[in-house]
Amino acid sequence: MNPLAGIGGAVGALGRRALAGIARLGRATLFIARLVPSLGGAWKRARLIVQQLYMTGVLTFVIILVSGAFVGMILALQGYNTLVRYDAQSSLGLLVALALTRELGPVLTALLFAGRAGSALTAEIGLMKATEQLAGMEMMAVDPLLRVVAPRFWAGWIAVPLLAMIFTAVGIIGAYVVAVAVLGLDGGVFWSQMQAGVSVTNDVIGGLIKSVVFGFVISWIAVFEGYDAKPTSEGVSRATTRTVVSSSLAVLGLDFIMTAFMLRGL
Amino acid sequence: MQTKGTELAVGLFIVAGLLALTMLALKVGHFHVLGRGQTYQVTADFGNIGSLKPRAPVTAAGVRVGEVRHIALNPRSYRAVVTLRLLKRYRFPRDSSAAIDTAGLLGEQYVSLSPGGSRRYLKNGGKIRVTQSAIILEQVISQLLYKKAGHG
Amino acid sequence: MGRRGQEEAHGVDREPLITVRDVAFSRDGRAIFHDLDLTVMPGRVTVVMGGSGAGKTTLLSLIGGRLVPDAGEIRVAGENVPALSRRQLFALRRRMGMLFQSSALLTDLDVYENVAFPMREHTRLPERLIRDLVLMKLELVGLRGARRLYPAELSGGMARRVALARAIALDPLMVMYDEPFTGLDPISMGVIVKLIRDLNDALGMTSIIVTHDVAEACSIADDIYLLDNGRVSAHGTPAEMQKTTEPAVRQFMAGLPDGPVAFHYPARDYLADLQSAGHA
Ligand SMILES: Nc1ncnc2c1ncn2[C@@H]1O[C@H](COP(=O)(O)OP(=O)(O)OP(=O)(O)O)[C@@H](O)[C@H]1O
Ligand SMILES: [Mg+2]
Repeated sequence: MNPLAGIGGAVGALGRRALAGIARLGRATLFIARLVPSLGGAWKRARLIVQQLYMTGVLTFVIILVSGAFVGMILALQGYNTLVRYDAQSSLGLLVALALTRELGPVLTALLFAGRAGSALTAEIGLMKATEQLAGMEMMAVDPLLRVVAPRFWAGWIAVPLLAMIFTAVGIIGAYVVAVAVLGLDGGVFWSQMQAGVSVTNDVIGGLIKSVVFGFVISWIAVFEGYDAKPTSEGVSRATTRTVVSSSLAVLGLDFIMTAFMLRGL
Repeated sequence: MQTKGTELAVGLFIVAGLLALTMLALKVGHFHVLGRGQTYQVTADFGNIGSLKPRAPVTAAGVRVGEVRHIALNPRSYRAVVTLRLLKRYRFPRDSSAAIDTAGLLGEQYVSLSPGGSRRYLKNGGKIRVTQSAIILEQVISQLLYKKAGHG
Repeated sequence: MGRRGQEEAHGVDREPLITVRDVAFSRDGRAIFHDLDLTVMPGRVTVVMGGSGAGKTTLLSLIGGRLVPDAGEIRVAGENVPALSRRQLFALRRRMGMLFQSSALLTDLDVYENVAFPMREHTRLPERLIRDLVLMKLELVGLRGARRLYPAELSGGMARRVALARAIALDPLMVMYDEPFTGLDPISMGVIVKLIRDLNDALGMTSIIVTHDVAEACSIADDIYLLDNGRVSAHGTPAEMQKTTEPAVRQFMAGLPDGPVAFHYPARDYLADLQSAGHA
């Protein structure tokens, strides 16, 4: 084969992938536009949302608890190690709390959620499609968007901010335990320095806003990928992978943009 | 369906999330200077603000009374113009002074206000005339060394 | 069997329940139907036969409004299906039951809840009444005892019977059966055949069965349509179909591999394919 043809082929393949990506984005937009009218109606069947909150939120709870505690403890050790060189250990609480409320709480929760619950959402909806359960519902005059997709979307969207707050709180408690029990710092100083430096309106609310946005985006990607999956086992497994990859990238990208805006004080 | 257990678990989950948020709001952070309704703005010029940043605290006698709103350079005088947002419930005499201090040796920089004796008070849009710039550690050290060299 | 149907076939002036007129449909640029004409009379069992890939499932999807034809008209109970709004379509579907080739039971609900599903979605019946109705439908298919099993715990034949109970949960006007006989042992097969016939006659439903099992089709049908090459190649009563001299029909009814009906999916010449190695 001549080399030019090889390059041409590669460029062509790249173009195809780009086009496929744009087409997917278009389908995802159309999908959310179709989903939005069903979102209000889903609350008439709040039991379905509660059931999905159990699947997405409660079953992710333990992972969030354990990860949050560990991240907080690690932050305390690492932060102490750096701060002690400048004799600024008293700021350890502040350092940990800022890192957790502004960034690590929302972002790590979102990433964990995408891997644990987002992928499961996609797989579940994709399998329902592959086994004609969605088609069956349609033929029973039941709208799968309302009955299957909307409750899962809501549950994901609600669960992420709650989990992020839990992650952050547990992380700070974990850091406190390490600071007092392992590093021998004064507990009162830990809390008071933290409280003086952490602003509820900027840092806590900012983190909350981030996690609400992340919850929306992950849930959107997860239900879309499931609904859009090729109705085969391979199609579903690919869709599941795509959910984890795209939502992780989306979370990090959006985090950068939101952080930039928030630090400018907008 | 195992609805009862599910509902209970979901309820507890939501309560845990809200408790966490409450803890973050009450124990971890502080509410501070909010809307325009509760605050007024004054400016102060400094020769050097060091590493002062917007949203740094403003204190009087160690009590937080406001925050730094905005920092700019006056293009004619080449001095830094710092806009402060102060809580309305704290009024300061017009001859009060502002200084840029550092919390601890390498800590955050903040603005501290020392009240003057005037009977008239700073109003919204007012200006603090007496200011003391940030102490730049490197300059202090080099001055010390210079003096020492002079003595020795 | 089918006596009632025979009588009605001669009572001419009843409106057809389903009419398919000049329907054309293609998928990915490949024509699946062209000039498709088909009529289903109410109260009768109509069987649609055709080889694998002839478009039988596609036909049911068109009738159910899940697919939209490129041209032609599909009327069900007087409504022009492709022209219906989503809301109207859903209203019509409440009067249609459908048995999917793959059963399509909801895997997170047990047998009882699967059958109750359409009732819970579309009615405000009290729980006691739902229970009575569900048990009645399950009794009809002989699975009242299996009501707490989940779909994963059912055999294929049992799943199909549950799906059947669900399809008739709201006493629809008509039920569409997609390959109800495949993969059943002879006893279950007999049970299903009898069940479809009984439901049709006892509840006054109309049945459309898609299948390629000639013997079962002949034993249950009032009318048979044979699909080939994207159109109806023959239709008539089972007796007429078996007597016909038309070669394509004979080939299908007798299950002969060679004849006018193509067994192969359209492809280029076999020898040419073999010689052009490396290009799949
Ligand atoms: N989702 C689809 N996308 C593209 N082509 C399809 C799709 N589903 C079916 N087809 C094509 O449509 C044609 C008819 O398919 P259909 O499922 O209606 O056949 P069938 O008669 O039900 O076959 P079988 O007896 O095997 O179930 C087939 O040739 C198939 O290749
Ligand atoms: Mg089929």
